[in-house]
This record gives sequence, C-alpha cells and structure tokens, in this order.
Amino acid sequence: MAKIIYTTHDKQIYNIDVKNGLSVMEGAVQNNIPGIDADCGGGMACATCHVYVKEDWLNKLPTKEDGEEDMLDMAFEPKINSRLSCQLIVSDALDGLVVRIPSKQG
Amino acid sequence: MIKTDVLIIGAGPTGLFCAHQLGLIGLKCEIVDNLDKVGGQCIELYPDKPIYDIPAIPECTGEELTNNLLKQIKPLNIKFHLNDRVEKVKKNQNRWNIITTNKKEFNVSSIVIAGGVGSFEPRKFPIKECEKFEGKSIFYSIKDKNIFNNKTVTIFGGGDSALDWAIELSNNCRINLVHRRDEFSGAQASVDKVKKLQSKGKLDLYTKFQLNLVKGNQNIESVTIKHDDETTKELHTDYLLGFFGLIMQLGPILNWGLNLNKKTIEVNTENFETNQSGIFAIGDICAYPGKLKLILSGFHEGALAARGCFKYARPEEKLRFEFTTSSKIIKERLGIKK
Repeated sequence: MAKIIYTTHDKQIYNIDVKNGLSVMEGAVQNNIPGIDADCGGGMACATCHVYVKEDWLNKLPTKEDGEEDMLDMAFEPKINSRLSCQLIVSDALDGLVVRIPSKQG
Repeated sequence: MIKTDVLIIGAGPTGLFCAHQLGLIGLKCEIVDNLDKVGGQCIELYPDKPIYDIPAIPECTGEELTNNLLKQIKPLNIKFHLNDRVEKVKKNQNRWNIITTNKKEFNVSSIVIAGGVGSFEPRKFPIKECEKFEGKSIFYSIKDKNIFNNKTVTIFGGGDSALDWAIELSNNCRINLVHRRDEFSGAQASVDKVKKLQSKGKLDLYTKFQLNLVKGNQNIESVTIKHDDETTKELHTDYLLGFFGLIMQLGPILNWGLNLNKKTIEVNTENFETNQSGIFAIGDICAYPGKLKLILSGFHEGALAARGCFKYARPEEKLRFEFTTSSKIIKERLGIKK
C-alpha cells in the first residue's frame, strides 16, 4: 500500500491509498479522480493517462520503456516530468508520490 | 435509404465478429466506421503489437487478427461504410432511422454499437488560438498536398506521419520539422532521410522544441517555438501541420438517450441491450458489473447481442439454436460446400 497524491489542474488534491501492484492510473480510475481517461485501459497505446510527476520523484521511479516515450509524443502538453500513469506500478517505494493531472488529455 | 436488419457501429474486432454471428442466424447487417480502414483500435493503435490472449491463437498481431476476422466474414458479403460516422438515430415505429455524417440514411430493426472508446479524431495543438486557423493554415491531415507548393510548412511530431510528410513535401516546399525530443518514434529509414535532407539544407530540424505561440490575422504568419531550456525561436511559416496521432471521442453517441457511465454505455448481460430497446452495445464501449475490456469478451457480447437482434428483425419467428459443425443452413450461409 502506498499513499498517492493526485492534484488536478484546478488544484483539487486527492490523497488515495493505492494497493501495491495496481498502477497509478488504476488508483485514479477506481477512485473516480477526474482527468485521467485511460482510454486504452492501460495498454500504453493512447497517452490519455498522462501525468506530471513532482520533480523530486522523477529519479526514484522506474525508467520509461521506449514505447512510453513514443506515446508521450502524442500527449497533451508533454514536459520533462511527464509519465504515463498506467506504467507506474504502485509499491511501498512509491509512498507519498505526487502527480499532477494535466488540464486535458487530448 | 438503405434498409437492412442491423447496423453495426464500429469495424473493430467486436463489430466484425458480431457481423459474423448475425450472418450465421440469417440476419443482414452493414457496418459504419469513422476510420478509413477496418480493424478499430487493433489497426489504429497497435497493428504490429502481438496479442497473446485470443483463445486458441497463442500469438497474433492486431493486423493479423483483423485480417482473419475479415476472412471469416467474407462469405457473408458485408457492406462497409468507412470514413463515415453515425450522427443521428431516431426511433421510427418499431425500427430505427439513422443518418451519417456523409448523409447516408439507414432504416434498421436494431443497432449494435461496437464503438470501442468512441471515434478516432486527430489530436490538436494545445494552444487555443490555433482553432481559428484550423482548416485554413493549420491542418491535422492532408487532403491536397498541392496547396503547399512553394510555401513554408512547419510540421510538428515525431512519428511516421510527421516524418513521411516532411520528406514528401520537402520536394516542393520549405520545411521546418519540430519535435519535442531528439529521438523519433517513426521508422529509422525515414529518420535517416530527414537527417540527410537537413544536411542538404532542404529541411530545418528543431528538436526539443514545442509550439509556444502562433501569430497571424487571416492566415498564420509565424510561430514561436520553445526549447526545453526555455529559449524561444520565431519561425515564419505559411502552414502548420500537427501529427500527434488520434484520440478517441464518444461524439454523437452522447445524444442518443442512452444510459451512460463515464464514457461507457450501460447494458444488461443477457443480450447486451441498452436502455433503448433495439440498441445494443458490445465491446469496450459497454458497461456492466464485472466487465473486462478484452477482445474475447467483445466476441461473447457480440454473439449474444446478435441473438438479441433476432427478435426485432424476425418478430414472428423463433430462433433455433444450431452449431456450425452440424447445421446445414449455417454451412449454406457460409458458402461451405461439403
């Protein structure tokens, strides 16, 4: 279990306990957090679960696969700290992770 | 007006297999899809990616799956209406009238929505001002490349579409290619070609840049692009092309009086009918307790929805359950002469 902090673009904050093994995307979808669409259902095929990771977490997360960076090319306003939340699998190590949800997913 | 038993919306694997199931029980159907090709997400999102969870097929790509489904329904001679989208559906006594974007009209006894996550539409530039230039000096797809002759065209994107158009248009235009990072997701051969064109001075390449600002009155005059290090550059340009792939939008389905749950349509699990009698929903777009977004679930849902369509198409008849291994009439419908 890890606490994931989701911040929406209109500054609403959701502190959610997400079970280990779920993705950060699933944690959002299962808790009805607005702004993470996840159209493809976690297949790294749509870039609609795009989030900005708080800078100090960037190096603590597993590195991106090639496919993730390719999909981020399609995301709405990608930045250096962009990730696909379906690729961030929750573990104790992610406790306290802060992700910001972009204003749109496309 | 096209009169048939069933209209299927969506030519993905679920829609294709539902057409097969309708054919087996003797119902006629036609299929509408917004894309220019059959296959839905399998073709648009992952044509080359292997799928490992289709029963009895240990491994196949999205493209192979689509081709096999097309082969399976070939004897049924199903008519496709591609590049078209259903806009309006209206109850007409016990049947439904349908109008598409291309003004095609259908009259059917039932509708099967196999629309995945909605219809695919191009992703656009995030900057609001871009909207007023859309269709004039900003494009997300190209219908007539000749309008760009001898003009300056600024292309954004790093996939095959961006690279292919940069190469193609460099013959007759001045090209700026802008991409958010140094690596490209398009084919390596195309990347090499782009680099070669750059070294010959036929194309200017700007990587680690993104669109920051557009300027112009009637038409675009220049764009400002911003580097990762926050420095900016102004590029004079006549046209702006964005190739950021496609996004799925539910679109007109929202207006058909269906019970929706987020971006999905609520159905019963007996025959996958929605709250509107005669409208069924199957595949990724339907919602019910325990729903799995798997292709195999879509096949199951399509088989049951097809049976659900039967009572609307043949209200006087009773559907007799038959197996393909033993039914003479099914074999006839599939054109099998054994």
